[in-house]
Amino acid sequence: MKKRGRLSRRRKQSSYGFLIVLLLLGAFMILPFVYAIVQSLKPLEEIMVFPPRFYVVKPTLENYVAMFRSAGGDWIPFGRYVVNSLFVTLAGTFLHVIVALLAAFPLAKMKFRGSKVIFKIITYSLLFSGTVTAFPQYILMANFRMIDSYTALILPSVATPMGAFLLKNFMIQIPDTIMEAARMDGASNYRTLFQIVAPNLKPAVLTLIILVSQGMWNGSNASFVYTEKLKLLPTMLNQIVASGTARIGVGSAAAVFMMILPLIVFVVSQSKIIETMAFSGIKE
Amino acid sequence: MSVKRKNRDTVTRDAYVMLAPFLILFSFFMVIPILASIVLSFTYFDMVQFPAFVGVDNYIQLFLNDDGFIKAISNTLVFACITGPLCYIISFVVAWMISQQSRWLRTVVTFLFYAPSISGNLYVIWAYIFSGDSYGIVNGLLMQLGIISTPIQWLTDPKYVLSIIIIVQLWMSLGTGFLSFVAGLQNIDRTMYEAGEIDGVKNKWQQLFYITLPSMGPQLQFGAVMQIAASFSVSTVAVALAGFPSTDDAANTIVTHIMDYGNLRYELGYASAISVVLFFMMAVANKLLSSVIHKVAKE
Repeated sequence: MKKRGRLSRRRKQSSYGFLIVLLLLGAFMILPFVYAIVQSLKPLEEIMVFPPRFYVVKPTLENYVAMFRSAGGDWIPFGRYVVNSLFVTLAGTFLHVIVALLAAFPLAKMKFRGSKVIFKIITYSLLFSGTVTAFPQYILMANFRMIDSYTALILPSVATPMGAFLLKNFMIQIPDTIMEAARMDGASNYRTLFQIVAPNLKPAVLTLIILVSQGMWNGSNASFVYTEKLKLLPTMLNQIVASGTARIGVGSAAAVFMMILPLIVFVVSQSKIIETMAFSGIKE
Repeated sequence: MSVKRKNRDTVTRDAYVMLAPFLILFSFFMVIPILASIVLSFTYFDMVQFPAFVGVDNYIQLFLNDDGFIKAISNTLVFACITGPLCYIISFVVAWMISQQSRWLRTVVTFLFYAPSISGNLYVIWAYIFSGDSYGIVNGLLMQLGIISTPIQWLTDPKYVLSIIIIVQLWMSLGTGFLSFVAGLQNIDRTMYEAGEIDGVKNKWQQLFYITLPSMGPQLQFGAVMQIAASFSVSTVAVALAGFPSTDDAANTIVTHIMDYGNLRYELGYASAISVVLFFMMAVANKLLSSVIHKVAKE
């Protein structure tokens, strides 16, 4: 008992040490993020001063106004791109997580022929550069008349194997005993997955939601659509930033604007991850 | 016997039904395009005429006749060998240090480190920080301090550009793998630590090596694959900071080489051959790393 007290006291001390290291490093990590926000609030004359300043004297929203206006000037309103991006991100993330959960369960917890080979293919496919495969992908999609549709924006991201890989690797850690009980009660494999396994997989599923939604929100799949109505936020913002006059200010405003949604998803999911307890207290 | 048999049949059937949606999409959007690229790597293909079979000509050309490729390989290896292991280890150590903190601190600190990855293109801010004129933060600071009198061309001078890309790459390193480590550490059963203390685990470091690392095998494997894929494909950051093509090819990597042939010159056969070589490099790295992880994690 005495020994244990000493250990936990030492644990407290070193966790303060860790905290100092983490905060110092973290400050360096966050600086460019803060700098982007500062730059986005600077009026033009403050951006072009020497010596460059890390703070803003007269904050203004003119960069944001310029960003919204240069998009709204076209025949498609700014809101349309936002709605497109939101829809594609939501639908894509939802489908990705469901498809990945369904695929990960048999790979992690069921014995059948071919499971090892399938998992090998999943792993190695992550190592093949996407730059070259975009072309055969385009040809295939064109043959199935998918080009220039929401399908073209959503499905390729659902098909990436990251989710199945991540969830399978977390699932193998869930003790078989908690599934045995469900099987004894005659639960089907589907019920076992969604009612027993999935709730215990919360940290992994939430992590996947962060990663996938962020990838979809920031990705544009620009080559798969050409109708202006279907284009996504990043495509449009890139056009503005590339053509605008006050590039640094508007560019920073666009970068900050794009961070809002991923930021919300991250904070909500991450705080839920921290809340969860390992395997709901079930021991092997 | 027959009950067992029937059970096994249901398991197999359910397994395939559950895998079906993924396998169909995955084959269509990933496997077939990858196989097509491998086939194309043995052809001459300009995206207009039908591909003409040329055997291994592309590969011979690549290794014997393409100085740009050799430069790209050496740059890629520099990036991969420096940033890869560093990013991977930093991701794990930081995630582990975070797991020792109290609950609300964990979310805050995780955010600090993940912030660089939150926006897809926040790294462009480094182009302003290292901007070659006197409005760039670094030049401005150095000039004010009197260390330099004229601005340094950080992003176009081959002397500096590689190091700057490495710094930015390290800054962005706490991404996918890091988050899976944070989640995985959250998953470790607390009672295992208590049991460890009774078994004579004396300090944090012993705890790390005897309890934490062995139970993180699956997350370490996942992080390794994602890290290898990221470190060998350094391209977007290089392009955003050093331009494309970069001055004197100082920041050219295998992936920018692929972009050069695939997206600019429309020589898709040749670009595919480069991708196949890159794939084998990553596969070897993955094989090596996963055997190390097997040892550490005692899977």
